[in-house]
Amino acid sequence: MPDSIVNDFSLRIATPNGTGSQTSNLIIFRALFHMGLAPSSKNLFPSNIAGLPTWYQIRVSPEGWQARRENWQVLLPLNPVTLAADLAECAPGTVVIDNADMKGVEESIFEGFIRYPVPFDQIARDGISDAKLRPKLRNLIYVGVVAELFGIPEASLRASIESVFSKKKAVADINFEAAMLGATYAREHLQKKDPYRLTSAEQTAGKILIEGNDATALGCVFGGCSVVAWYPITPASSVAEFLIGHFARVREKDADGANRYIVVQAEDELAAVGMAIGAGWAGARSMTSTSGPGVSLMSENLGLAYFAEIPVVVFDIQRVGPSTGLPTRTQQSDLLQVAFQSHGDTRFPMIFPTDPKEAFEFSCAAFNLAEHYQTPIFVMSDLDLGMNLWVSDELEYPEAPIDRGKLATDEVLAKSAEWGRYLDIDGDGVPYRTVPHKTTDPRTAHLTRGSGHDEQGRYSENPEVYARNLDRLARKIDGTVDRLPAPIAHAGEGSGLGIIAFGTTDHAVREARAGMDSLVPYLRVRSWPFHASVADFVRNHERVVVIEQNQQGQLAQLLRIAFPELAPRIDSARYYGGLPLSAAFVRDAIEERMVKA
Amino acid sequence: MSDTPIAPNTNRLGLTKSEYGGMPSTMCKGCGHDRISEAVIQAAYDLGLDARNLIKMSGIGCSSKTPAYFIGKAFGLNSTHGRMPSFATGAHVANRDLVPLGVSGDGDTASIGMGQFVHLLRRNARMVYIVENNGVYGLTKGQFSATADRSSPSKRGAHPTEEAIDLCGLALELGAGFVARSFSGDKKQLVPLLKSALSYDGLAFIDVISPCVTFNNHEASTKSYTYQKEHDVHFHDPTYVASFEHIDVEYEEGETRDVRLHDGSHLLLRKIDRDYDPTDRHAASRVIDESRSKGEVLTGMIFIDIAKTSLVSSMQMTKTPLAMLEEPELRPSRSALEKVMAGFRF
Repeated sequence: MPDSIVNDFSLRIATPNGTGSQTSNLIIFRALFHMGLAPSSKNLFPSNIAGLPTWYQIRVSPEGWQARRENWQVLLPLNPVTLAADLAECAPGTVVIDNADMKGVEESIFEGFIRYPVPFDQIARDGISDAKLRPKLRNLIYVGVVAELFGIPEASLRASIESVFSKKKAVADINFEAAMLGATYAREHLQKKDPYRLTSAEQTAGKILIEGNDATALGCVFGGCSVVAWYPITPASSVAEFLIGHFARVREKDADGANRYIVVQAEDELAAVGMAIGAGWAGARSMTSTSGPGVSLMSENLGLAYFAEIPVVVFDIQRVGPSTGLPTRTQQSDLLQVAFQSHGDTRFPMIFPTDPKEAFEFSCAAFNLAEHYQTPIFVMSDLDLGMNLWVSDELEYPEAPIDRGKLATDEVLAKSAEWGRYLDIDGDGVPYRTVPHKTTDPRTAHLTRGSGHDEQGRYSENPEVYARNLDRLARKIDGTVDRLPAPIAHAGEGSGLGIIAFGTTDHAVREARAGMDSLVPYLRVRSWPFHASVADFVRNHERVVVIEQNQQGQLAQLLRIAFPELAPRIDSARYYGGLPLSAAFVRDAIEERMVKA
Repeated sequence: MSDTPIAPNTNRLGLTKSEYGGMPSTMCKGCGHDRISEAVIQAAYDLGLDARNLIKMSGIGCSSKTPAYFIGKAFGLNSTHGRMPSFATGAHVANRDLVPLGVSGDGDTASIGMGQFVHLLRRNARMVYIVENNGVYGLTKGQFSATADRSSPSKRGAHPTEEAIDLCGLALELGAGFVARSFSGDKKQLVPLLKSALSYDGLAFIDVISPCVTFNNHEASTKSYTYQKEHDVHFHDPTYVASFEHIDVEYEEGETRDVRLHDGSHLLLRKIDRDYDPTDRHAASRVIDESRSKGEVLTGMIFIDIAKTSLVSSMQMTKTPLAMLEEPELRPSRSALEKVMAGFRF
């Protein structure tokens, strides 16, 4: 028996999609959290309802890192279709818990591994009398085996199962009994011969377990959103689905018990964003949530919202493109599409949340930004953040009040000699907005249009009027940096190499930096257009490497466009395989550049 | 509010008809669309409509420009090509007290906008939806639209090679509760239909044949003034009686149908030569189909169902427009967040 490795390994579970194994994986994950550990979960699932292979990776580390670990120390190859391939990917010495009842498997393929064969089928047949429940319950057997082999206390396992089946005590009981079948088998038949162990820890004080899309949805509720229009798309659907639940439970009803919100499932993304923009035009806080293919369809209408200056919030839960791409894999590859989308000269401010806490905060703040600047605001999440379960800091109540922006109220019009919907009265490029029934001065009524218009909103093809309007819009968008989330600097050593990253890449970057001998300065960008401090960071280093999850180095491109004089210093390291980024990738990218430097 | 005019040539709000006007039209001289704008102005004036409660919505095309030319005191949104239904739906659910008056064209609705149009019909959001139907794309110089009849050639003699879409037939098929057709040259019919549409709580669809004098008003066209006058068939003459007016129309028993609308107004349909029940969906589909195969253009109140539930009524929404809610109603309390957090703690 080698030395123990405590709370520092990764477990990979391979199963066919749609067999109920997700519940079992979730039970293991929550049991670890109950032990006071901060595990990370990465669900690597196929675009399929049932049958195709799926993998679930659970990682524990003393630091509670949330990034994906590239290798795993324990494998449960429970999908006969991928058994051989799953084993082939494992390093020698990997712990393998396999189904001994699987037919036609050559014993030799297990050579070099620490193997625990478990007759799952036999245990299920003998222990689960109800044949109808057996296919689902048999998945609990491996939960029990894992618990027994690595040391998840029975109390944590029970608490986890009870929380998963919170409303159904009887269901929780039979699931726990099924798990115990596995635990008992392991206790009686398996001799511990691997070093991996779990013990209770203190990593979870002030922490919650939440999916990014859930936090995003909550941010909409607390941000004052009242109109939601959406069209189903992976990985964004759960934003609207969580929102429906949160609205019903958390948004206070009126005296008659009626709803102070509406959620409309539209016929497509064209209509979803059209409804959201129409609602924004009429004065409600509105949003739509989608992914890359949806953004492609929404772009036309978003161009109108940009030019006619209508607030709306769009959540882009990015997945892998181009085209249908890999619908269930993660990427940060919509930046260039979003930033300048639709025809003509446009810019769409983007915010990059990195974890559920920011998903909540930025979601909430996006509605203020959209109304203040009267323009579409994009919150750029991704599948990794949106659909995985994260150990997160608790969400904090928003301090900033709801800001409806500049409205052309009667008081404003009384003070202003000249009035026009698009007149730059304050010199900041942000005009005074009209809302039917709110801005009641008769002069405010006009026909909002996506065609060329003068300061009064009237149709105009005059070249000077057109250029003046476009220039004001540019000033307005430049000004958004005053309120967009500022970058966060992590100090380091020297002025040679600096790291820039954004969104979910942050987790791998922070983990990589922590494991390196010299601390490389790191700036996490949280929005676009960029703050001046981003240029300063680039200027203060001989070279910066932008680490991002796309092939074209999209944030690096945006930096080069924003700061052309600094372009030669801007390098990028890009991962675009679709799996959540690992610290190993980041470490290699940095070390390679440090050697060169 | 007084139910009777305050001064001569004013309505119950004390407004003159010209106060329901808009900017000068840029349509071609004689365009049917201008007649429709006039009918809208007339209807709004007669109803004593408060322009602040109306929102004018449109897509792209000649027809979609017209909201600039009527009721200038109302807000409006000239949106993107074929997407007006979604903008109107969003605006209306954001403020349920605003009634959208949508103006679209046959290209905007029957081609590029077909996707949104059919779902708008299914969704039944309150709105007046006018298609100014001339069978051609005017702004792009006379290409056929999807409502152009195969028998109706272009000025140069080419015939459409694809089947024409009958928008009223389609609206019936998709369960619309208010389906009417009219002719831009028939104000006597169009104005009461528009008023009825404005009184209807749901999607009120009016297909208005509106000849394009520049590209599709020639001898062989089936969307010309002449063709419409010769082939227009209607079963009844409509009279609209507002809730604040008295029914003083004289009619004989069995000669007139009285449709009571959501706001308490009445649409009286006087029979012409045969009985027609506009509340019978099957009959409506049949007569549309029959008239079409005979080369006739059936106009009038084709179908009406006042029992249908509109989108907002079916969503259990608060009576206060969502757009009027402020922070106390919109942002849940600290303790509400604390309660949610407890569920995530474990």
